[in-house]
Amino acid sequence: MSRQTVEFSITAAERLNETLNAFLQIDREGALSRVKEIERGGQGGPLAGIPIAVKDNICVKGLQASCGSKILGDYHPPYNATVIERLTNAGAIVIGKTNCDEFAMGSSNENSAFGPVRNPWDTTRVSGGSSGGSATAVAAGIVPVALGSDTGGSVRQPASLCGVVGMKPTYGRNSRYGLVAFASSLDQVGVFAHEVEDVARVLGVIAGRDPQDTTTADVPVPDYVASLTGELKGARLGFPRSLFGKGLDDEVKSAVESVVDVYRDLGAEIVDVELPNAGYAIAVYYIIATAEASANLARFDGVRYGFRAEDAPELRQMYRKTREEGFGPEVKRRIMLGTYVLSAGYYDAYYRKAQQVRTLIKNDFLKAFASCDAIITPTAPTPAFAIGEKTDDPLAMYLNDIYTVTANLAGIPGISVPCGLSSERLPIGFQLLGPYWSEEMILKLAHGYEQVRPFNERPPISAS
Amino acid sequence: MPISQSDIEKVAQLAHLELGEEELKTFGPQIAEIVAYVEQLNELDTANVEPAIGGLTHEGETTETTRPDEIFGSLGQKTALSEAPDPAEGHFRVPKVL
Repeated sequence: MSRQTVEFSITAAERLNETLNAFLQIDREGALSRVKEIERGGQGGPLAGIPIAVKDNICVKGLQASCGSKILGDYHPPYNATVIERLTNAGAIVIGKTNCDEFAMGSSNENSAFGPVRNPWDTTRVSGGSSGGSATAVAAGIVPVALGSDTGGSVRQPASLCGVVGMKPTYGRNSRYGLVAFASSLDQVGVFAHEVEDVARVLGVIAGRDPQDTTTADVPVPDYVASLTGELKGARLGFPRSLFGKGLDDEVKSAVESVVDVYRDLGAEIVDVELPNAGYAIAVYYIIATAEASANLARFDGVRYGFRAEDAPELRQMYRKTREEGFGPEVKRRIMLGTYVLSAGYYDAYYRKAQQVRTLIKNDFLKAFASCDAIITPTAPTPAFAIGEKTDDPLAMYLNDIYTVTANLAGIPGISVPCGLSSERLPIGFQLLGPYWSEEMILKLAHGYEQVRPFNERPPISAS
Repeated sequence: MPISQSDIEKVAQLAHLELGEEELKTFGPQIAEIVAYVEQLNELDTANVEPAIGGLTHEGETTETTRPDEIFGSLGQKTALSEAPDPAEGHFRVPKVL
């Protein structure tokens, strides 16, 4: 049974990759030999024989981890990320590594050094990003589950644009050991699946304290699947009216407003909430994320792993040439911006200021959650846009993350759930944000919606 | 704050990036635009606001992060060097420093 499932996934990945460019590596041989091991050992586990796809910035021993960058190229990490260790111990089979924006920096997957991922709903459009390959692999029915990473919305936004469920948990819920660092105070591993229940099941396997990552918290991992009771009566859902205004596509607006009506019908109480500083989130994010990235990416210097430029007879020249040739334009732009905001004389004006406004954004959420259990917003301001449409305007691209970055800045969990198609048959998603460690509540709310409004549409490019 | 071409060159040097002519030209205005955008934060009075420290929750901050001082295995020299672009004699070899 599991052999057939895994075979199906691998064959579909191979067959559709020319069209979708979702995978950077497909590991037919390794995956099938893992299946054999499981069959031989008669070993079960909650995910026995489930094929999964993994974003190429998460380390899987024996497979590549390019992070969508030339500077890592065919780097093969000698160890597993903790989340991979836990998934494979539970019986899951990694079938391949998925395409992503270089070092997870992007909202459209166009920043991958290996070409953009194509949206299975319309291959002239972006998949979203940065975990576009993982979102696409699930949307096209290649795998039931995939892992991504979410620093400013990189799981939730592509989930929304591809019509699947995508979740980022509370900061410290999942281990970042073996996730290649972009912005360490924002990064979390997230999960994609067609259904909320599968997200709950996988989160339950990967979550929890890891001595290898001191930012994981000692908070018990509940049985997330058991929380999916369908009982929403009395739940209080916060509605931040001011976020449903300027810049939001009309179809997305009305789709998400209809979701609010569904929740009301299910017995939830709709509460007006304010997030007065949400409008500053992108500015805060692009200071903090780039500052952290400029430090984290200093390690790519052509010495210990990855690419090294030729014809550089002197050390410092070698560093510069390696980084110049190895990094793509968006990564360089962000390293530059991060270096600038941290440089002498500017630290207080930018970095410290951003961390202060981050406190204000956190406080907005704490205040809002005093009167509600979760907050509903759109996940992305528009459905998937055309490939090439926003590549010349970095700032316009950054604004795609307007609804998702706040969760990373505050450290709270968020989930994107599909809620229909636009008139052009492109998926629309809504987002639920909850207080710290409220994964059970937002999974329950997401699942409750899905039970009455299941998203059964499938894209034209699909494995089945 | 206006950002000059020489600012960009200085930042590139700090970041160990050897930018080409084209990049120096495009990055300048793009970074200036982004910096102008983020300066909207100055609208907010944050005189009495503590800066957030990292992304940690209260539970994360109070989690015990020390462990018993026990010896356990490591990657080992061979594996640690296996991905190096130019390993030699158990070391990472680099071009001349001086």
